[in-house]
Amino acid sequence: MKSKAGFFFFLFLICTAFVSYVHDANPYFIITKKDVKLRLPKNFPTPFYTFKNNKLKPEIFLLGRELFYDEILSKDNTVSCASCHERIAAFAHIDHTLSHGIYGRIGNRNVPALQNLIWNKSFMFDGGVNHLEIQPISPITNPKEMDETLEGIVIKLKKSSKYKGLFFKAYKDSLISSERMLKSITQFVGLMISNNSRYDKYIAGKEKFTIEEEKGLQLFRSKCVSCHTEPLFTDNTFKNNGLIPDSSLNDIGRGLISGKKEDYYSYKVPSLRNIERTYPYMHDGRFKKLKDVLNYYGSKENHTTNQHPEMNKIGELSFEEKQNIILFLQTLTDKEFLTDRRFANPNFKG
Amino acid sequence: MRKIKFYKIGILAMNVLVPVFLFSQKSQTNVTIQFNHFVGEKLLTLDDSIYYNSLNQTFTISKFNYYIGQLKFNRNDGSSYFIDNYYLISEDEEKQSSKSIPLTTIPEGEYISLEFIIGVDSARNCSGAQSSALDPINAMFWTWNTGYIFMKLEGKSKFSPAPGTILEYHIGGYKQVENCIKKVKIPFNQSVKIGKNNSAQIQLKVDVAEILKNPTTIDFSEIPVVNNPLNATVIAANYADIFQLIEIKNEK
Ligand code: HEC
Ligand code: HEC
Repeated sequence: MKSKAGFFFFLFLICTAFVSYVHDANPYFIITKKDVKLRLPKNFPTPFYTFKNNKLKPEIFLLGRELFYDEILSKDNTVSCASCHERIAAFAHIDHTLSHGIYGRIGNRNVPALQNLIWNKSFMFDGGVNHLEIQPISPITNPKEMDETLEGIVIKLKKSSKYKGLFFKAYKDSLISSERMLKSITQFVGLMISNNSRYDKYIAGKEKFTIEEEKGLQLFRSKCVSCHTEPLFTDNTFKNNGLIPDSSLNDIGRGLISGKKEDYYSYKVPSLRNIERTYPYMHDGRFKKLKDVLNYYGSKENHTTNQHPEMNKIGELSFEEKQNIILFLQTLTDKEFLTDRRFANPNFKG
Repeated sequence: MRKIKFYKIGILAMNVLVPVFLFSQKSQTNVTIQFNHFVGEKLLTLDDSIYYNSLNQTFTISKFNYYIGQLKFNRNDGSSYFIDNYYLISEDEEKQSSKSIPLTTIPEGEYISLEFIIGVDSARNCSGAQSSALDPINAMFWTWNTGYIFMKLEGKSKFSPAPGTILEYHIGGYKQVENCIKKVKIPFNQSVKIGKNNSAQIQLKVDVAEILKNPTTIDFSEIPVVNNPLNATVIAANYADIFQLIEIKNEK
């Protein structure tokens, strides 16, 4: 009897070991040293965030990925970062004009894409956040987003045997702190680098554009690059691109942070990489399609008078010109980034 | 089973031995700075006591927290000893110990004054996630406009037009135009003598009433709430002079 029970126990052990081996070994979710190597694109400028005080490590990245996809970061455990930042949309939120938080609360702004964040000098449409590591505190504590406190999360994480294990693997001791949580999320989002679009391959001389795309690029370079500067497609400043303010939102943009009248209704110039996927557009998600955006830029109607002078240089755009610019913008879609397995939800079932 | 027990005993032993080991290391406090919170001449009591501002408006105080840091102990030969650290001081039932800063590293010598800043220097406002006193978990942090809140003074006054008749002064800001970092210098009336067998206590008075006046008298009916670095400088100018020396105690 005894030996029989022992045998079954042994068998059980082997089985669980095998199952956990298979689970851990799913190559799709494994993160190796190579996966967390920072590969800076040669034609990009020096990044603002360098990981100097947050050394990249597979286990820390993994912890960050778990946290990013975990509803534990919200008050009632219903909303994760990924609820608003979806991978298929370059981590923007497809088809929602304004963000949706816990209890279905509607936020004040559209969800931006998460990409090339280490080149951002500041974060949010108004640049109110000055550091990538600090950024997650904003959605976590915003009552319209996750409505939690850092204290509340640290308590929840300390109670979770899963996170006890993950923090230990990442940091080699049992301390669970807000600093470590924030830094691990930063490793995850900081490595979201998009530089493999058809545009990038065209620039590298590895791929050709169609005649229309070529024309679109030339138009873009004459009318849009003063703000949407290559290769990041943003100049990291705040500009007023002439949108008539939505009085129901009362969002003064950069003015909220600087207090300066001339910054009222200026917003961060967003990158246009993966723009095809990140609809709807603008800080309040007012435009559903790229067509709508181009119709706006290419006409004089519905612009405020105090828009940035560069806006006045765009002039009327013909149907064909708008079409070509859109075709060019679509070359900024980076399929490799959008399907990069490192950023997939590790707990996805189905 | 046996193995597990041994393992547990091992952990237990470590739990006992590590603190014993740490304690046995010599790190004796040689200077203690004590922050005594007053409102005018009365000791500060949260919630229950009623105070008057200089416009004779009544108010109560429910929260009083602030950062100080970058302590500098000056000797009479012009040299000084600097401590690059921050302390969050809080008048909170559970954080009474925060009102006393025990220092263990002050070198032997005679000191004639103490300097520090109220607030957090600009570099640390721009350095990302931090721990200890500067851990944003302490809720002394603006998330929508990154930066530490240097001081929180909260309470109630029937003169306040804000919802719930609250008073809420959250003061901070490190950028040039909105700088709320204030330097404080406390000259000693007798020198602080630190030696092998000498330690000292520095008793400071922190007068909350001064936050609400001089140079600008705060009228609760006009400014019940400040929650933005852009309009915090008025109160920061007021809080520059809230610290006063009560006494130095040199101990043998
Ligand atoms: C309820 C929806 C929602 C949730 C949940 C959410 N975000 Fe966001 N996120 C937004 C919105 C909206 C913005 C833009 C806010 C603004 O500009 O004020 C944003 C902005 C950002 C930015 C700045 C991007 C830039 O270029 O400026 C980063 C980074 C980011 N979020 C990461 C995260 C992380 C990490 C989490 C999880 C801790 C998270 N978000 C959770 C909606 C959300
Ligand atoms: C004066 C600077 C400026 C110029 C010139 C400019 N833009 Fe923009 N653009 C902005 C700003 C600022 C925003 C963000 C506005 C907002 O969020 O409300 C923006 C937003 C966009 C968006 C939406 C991005 C998103 O993710 O929501 C697109 C698409 C866009 N611009 C395309 C163009 C094109 C195409 C041109 C040239 C025809 C152009 N822009 C010229 C400043 C500029």
